[in-house]
Amino acid sequence: MNAHLALATTLNGSTKVEPVLVVSGLAKTFDDRSILSGLDFALAPGQSTALIGANGSGKSTLLKCLIRLIEPSDGKIEMLGRDVRGLAPRDLRAFRAQVGIVWQRHNLVPRLSVLSNVIHGVQSRLSGPRAWFQALAPAEVRAEAMLCLVRVGLADRAVARVDSLSGGQQQRVAIARMLMQRPAFILADEPDASLDPQTGEEVMALLLSLVREKGLSLLMISHRLEHTLEFSDRILGIAQGRIALDLPTADADAAGLRRFFDHQEAS
Amino acid sequence: MTDLPVPPARFSHRSLPEYVAILLVLALVVSSLAATAPALDKLSRGIARLFAPSGMLMQMFPPDFSRIVPISWKLLETLQMAVAGCFLGLLLAIPFAILATDRLSPHPVVRHFARAVIALFRTVPDLVWAIIFIIIVGLGPAAGVMAIMVDKIGFAGRFFAEAMEETDPGPQDALRAIGASRLGTIVSSVFPACLPSFTATSLFALEKSVRGSAALGLVGAGGIGVDLKVAFDLFNYDEALAIILMMLVLVIAVEQGSGWIRRKLI
Repeated sequence: MNAHLALATTLNGSTKVEPVLVVSGLAKTFDDRSILSGLDFALAPGQSTALIGANGSGKSTLLKCLIRLIEPSDGKIEMLGRDVRGLAPRDLRAFRAQVGIVWQRHNLVPRLSVLSNVIHGVQSRLSGPRAWFQALAPAEVRAEAMLCLVRVGLADRAVARVDSLSGGQQQRVAIARMLMQRPAFILADEPDASLDPQTGEEVMALLLSLVREKGLSLLMISHRLEHTLEFSDRILGIAQGRIALDLPTADADAAGLRRFFDHQEAS
Repeated sequence: MTDLPVPPARFSHRSLPEYVAILLVLALVVSSLAATAPALDKLSRGIARLFAPSGMLMQMFPPDFSRIVPISWKLLETLQMAVAGCFLGLLLAIPFAILATDRLSPHPVVRHFARAVIALFRTVPDLVWAIIFIIIVGLGPAAGVMAIMVDKIGFAGRFFAEAMEETDPGPQDALRAIGASRLGTIVSSVFPACLPSFTATSLFALEKSVRGSAALGLVGAGGIGVDLKVAFDLFNYDEALAIILMMLVLVIAVEQGSGWIRRKLI
């Protein structure tokens, strides 16, 4: 077991925990251009981990590789106890259902209602027309979707068309949809990128509360230094396609992290 | 006093191949007109005959509405042919369009095949389809419905595919990442995004079907066209005018109705 793994799997000195994600030797090449060149890290469950790095350092590529929205070129990914790269298409669908993603853009279906969009999250475990539109959904699915909306503070907007909501509200709907998935792991790709500072902070606080209250694991790409320090337990920094920084947030200082937010220096 | 700037040349410089291409297009237009356009003297003689006391136009007036009841039933049959053919065509156009769309097609070979079928259905005129289906199912409205259906698969298939091609891929990627099935992704994210475009295309298809279905009877595929052909064949021009006027009312009513629906829905 390498040093990263040992660090991630050991909590409180002696208590060993099973890592929720183990990445070893992960590489991704696009047309002879190496984006990720042998990443190694492991994450313990129930933690919020911030992934930082300059533009083009491969953060988003890494996130997409983890659930094979982009196929890695090499390396091993073990997530939630599954060998991700070895999954057949049907098993991959079942695996993805366990991983909630919050995108930089909310990626909701604009002409549909808030409730229908949240109910789409149930497509991870329910197929057919009952999971397509709120009007066709079973009562228990509708009730669960309303609970998810209560969790993000938007229960009163259930029937509103999603494109009539503000950017922050739409991101909350996307989080409600993700909750509807009942995920065991959350990947977040700059969830606060398109939001004003205050709304961004609220969204980040909401994600962290899910980690704290539901014990979910969160790996988020962060582009704001202050959010990285406030809403993560651990920080991973990527540079030149490799893990160049790995430390608990409590040990991090703003000056040391700044180079990962500066395009000129880090790349 | 400052010098005034020199305005640019009126026409940009063109290369020799461009001049050749322009000349070829002009030659094609001129030769086509010379070969097929009617001679002016022939045209003027024909128009004069039309307006003569025994000419067709004079015999058309007043229109003869004495057979208004049977003609109305035929008109209803024409509308029913259009609605049934259009409905079936639109329904079948959806799977063809999905298979023809880059992002949604399961395989490039399937995509090329679906596009070829749509192009074939669109390229062959509906009158030719009507003749083909008369051979298959015999004379009558069933052949007309089939002809309209195939024509609409070609028409709507192309526009549906273009609309789906232009949708934002973000929501589809998000649902795919959730673990949604291909069908679930299409129905719950692509279709809602395409709804305005699908509605507009469907209403245009209905208008086109109503106009087309009137002509299908001319080859024996049912509807009011049969009566129109008989009226012309028997020189009953006044009845022919009555049929044309009633067809006009039907087409205008459908166009107005679909325009109203378009404004309400989109």
